[in-house]
Amino acid sequence: MSREVWITGIGLTSSLGEGLDAHWQAMAEAEHPKPVINTELCAPYPVHPMVPLDFDKQIPKRSDQRQMENWQRVGVYTAGLALADAGVAGDADILSRTHMIVGASGGERDYAVDSAILAEVGKAASPEEFLNDRLSNDLRPTLFLAQLPNLLAGNISIVHKVTGSSRTLLGEESAGISAVEVAERRIRGGQGDIFLVGSAVVAERKDSIMILAGGGWGWKGDPVPVWARPEKGGGSINGSVGAFLVIEAREHAEARGRQPYARLGPVFSDRSTRRPGEAAANAERQFAAISKAAHHHPLAVITGASGIAAPTREERDFLAGLMAKGEVSTVRAASNMIGTAIDANFASGVALAALALSRKGFYKPTDDTGFEKPLATPPEAIAVMTWGVWRGEGMGLVEAVS
Amino acid sequence: MAKPPLRDHRNRPVVAITGIGMISSLGVGLDENWKAITAGKSGVHRIKRFPTTHLKTTIAGTIDYLSGDFQSLTLQAGEHAGDEAVKMAGLGKPGDFPGPLFTAIPPVEMEWRLRRQLYSAADPAIDDAYDRMIAVAGEANDHHEYEQLMYGHVGEKLAERFGTKGAPISLTTACASGATAIQLGVEAIRRGETDAALCIGTDCSVSAEAVIRFSLLSALSTANDTPEEASRPFSKDRDGFVIAEGAAALVLENYDAAVARGATILGIIRGAAEKADDFHRTRSKPDGSAIITALKNTFDDAGIAPDAIDYINAHGTGTPENDRMEAMSLEKVFGERIHGVAISSNKSMLGHTLTASGAIEAVLTIKTIQDSIIPPTINYQVPDPGIVLDVVPNHAREQKVTTVLSNSFGFGGQNACLIITAEPA
Repeated sequence: MSREVWITGIGLTSSLGEGLDAHWQAMAEAEHPKPVINTELCAPYPVHPMVPLDFDKQIPKRSDQRQMENWQRVGVYTAGLALADAGVAGDADILSRTHMIVGASGGERDYAVDSAILAEVGKAASPEEFLNDRLSNDLRPTLFLAQLPNLLAGNISIVHKVTGSSRTLLGEESAGISAVEVAERRIRGGQGDIFLVGSAVVAERKDSIMILAGGGWGWKGDPVPVWARPEKGGGSINGSVGAFLVIEAREHAEARGRQPYARLGPVFSDRSTRRPGEAAANAERQFAAISKAAHHHPLAVITGASGIAAPTREERDFLAGLMAKGEVSTVRAASNMIGTAIDANFASGVALAALALSRKGFYKPTDDTGFEKPLATPPEAIAVMTWGVWRGEGMGLVEAVS
Repeated sequence: MAKPPLRDHRNRPVVAITGIGMISSLGVGLDENWKAITAGKSGVHRIKRFPTTHLKTTIAGTIDYLSGDFQSLTLQAGEHAGDEAVKMAGLGKPGDFPGPLFTAIPPVEMEWRLRRQLYSAADPAIDDAYDRMIAVAGEANDHHEYEQLMYGHVGEKLAERFGTKGAPISLTTACASGATAIQLGVEAIRRGETDAALCIGTDCSVSAEAVIRFSLLSALSTANDTPEEASRPFSKDRDGFVIAEGAAALVLENYDAAVARGATILGIIRGAAEKADDFHRTRSKPDGSAIITALKNTFDDAGIAPDAIDYINAHGTGTPENDRMEAMSLEKVFGERIHGVAISSNKSMLGHTLTASGAIEAVLTIKTIQDSIIPPTINYQVPDPGIVLDVVPNHAREQKVTTVLSNSFGFGGQNACLIITAEPA
């Protein structure tokens, strides 16, 4: 069995706003697209912070909101946007057989509790016993559930009634790529008709910034576009992004009278140890397969390049090679506008690709190095690319449905 | 003439198990574990890894013979189990497994050791504790330490060790993770994408904070005085699960490919399915409908009726809620017959290995089929009048078993079931 896979619902939230119009306006229609970057919130590390969301609109019960940590709220909210956009929100029958695959990391810790403990634990006669005492008394019972990665999906089931199945792939870019890849293959192979896939990431979290800082991955100081960063030491500016997609078998969408944003072609994921050339070798294989599957050429590329020196330089060279050969028309780093979206990197790239194809347009260059060329005619096929900050390379094809 | 390919009732490739391995608090390797399990031995003991002062629960099924931080322990356990399974299967070359890796691992968090280290090394002039730690972390620029704090670390290292193909998938669907990892492997083989998959569930995450968190949810047994008797699935006096550690691995193969290379077929994954619950973050729908649908979907996927099941490897955590819901749901699916089907909980001996449990129980199910010995539910002294099941109380039972249902239900509403049968399919 090999079925066509359609993208029929998109939920997107980021520093640019909520929903497709906000992103289209900021990235395609604006004369000079300008990202929203806060350099003070997590200084010295700039971030693209999430716009304020009115959670009541998608998570009506306050008691549900209280049971979630912020990242879960963003995810449940954005998933709700995707379900509504696909016209399945509230449809008990379809939701009960909608499968869910979420790429998720984990929730924010209770900074107040941690801070109070850290201030005193060093002075305790037995630090470990002190920890036991304080954690037992100070942790809120529900916080644990609000932090568990699989409880983003769990809360989507509770709030939106998506109950076909619930799988959570654990964290980083690869989890977000695999989530879309597994759903795409299962639909194509007849192992499910309709899926909700996606991720949510809150960048302005101090515990996440700590890992970014510790790994030496964070860009410091005034923001510059990703393609300019390798020569300046490199670094990632993380962004808060919620990205959820409803994807389904073409027959399933047609039977309920839905038109797609775009068709999802094959998705590939791989790993490498990131020795020089390895990520590009993976991408080359992936691009060859995608190019073969594509009905339209050349392909435009939307990437979530992080700006970290070595991988971004390698990716830039790889894409420059494809452009020189005429296989790629142009490149847009979505990360310049919404930040490095980690778990949500790939799903947001697919969302932006589908949006552009459905609006028969493309995004403005956001790069002052001249790498991102303007495009005279809108693309009909887009390769969505994600190379993780530390590991994992993925690529997928999104095509216009004529 | 070549034999036609073996297909199941939906014309899909049949998924064989050709290698298994495990590690737990009871020991390293299948033999050691199976000997202890069939003898009804408990691996639960007093926690020695950290002081337990102020804790409500002071017992666990930790693996005390390995050492390291939690990511390292989880990785080591996964390596032990994977090594054994891959060697048994005799598939591929060392470090070159011809298929993808699906691994179930616990959530990842920075440990207090590192948090304290960062905090105490920082400039005390910085007010905010997290800003202090970020400042030190930023100066350290130590990929190695922070790489281990990343979510994909364990999957990546396992993929590297076994040379699996493609990006490894790390699953975290709470206590259903191990079963879901197997399900992903089954799906990939059925789609014809690969002839083999390596599925590993591993979980070594017993820290003081983990114990406190589960205690705050009132999920853990507090029968601290008699650790080996604390895990009491299906008993009237059960008072929660016992947190534990372990890992298991399975090599799955397309049946025809396995036969063609002369592999020994240990069993067949006949069915795998799931259903999410939308009722509550830690509780099942009171009518059991999500669990019941997971069970029905699994029978449907396997193409057999509940009547064919001759043993159930229960989720059986020993929490009042789980065991009641599991028994009730089984009764609704099996009818009166449920009272005559053997059902036991490996967790009565191992404790609850959380993320790993679905994989561990699948591996023990295969041993059950191979050796015709059903492991007992130990600590069954006070029957629960509300749960009328043949729980194989306290002593293993010699009984031929060919078709087994294995249940896994997780916090967050993730329910997954497997049906494992003897060879041939």
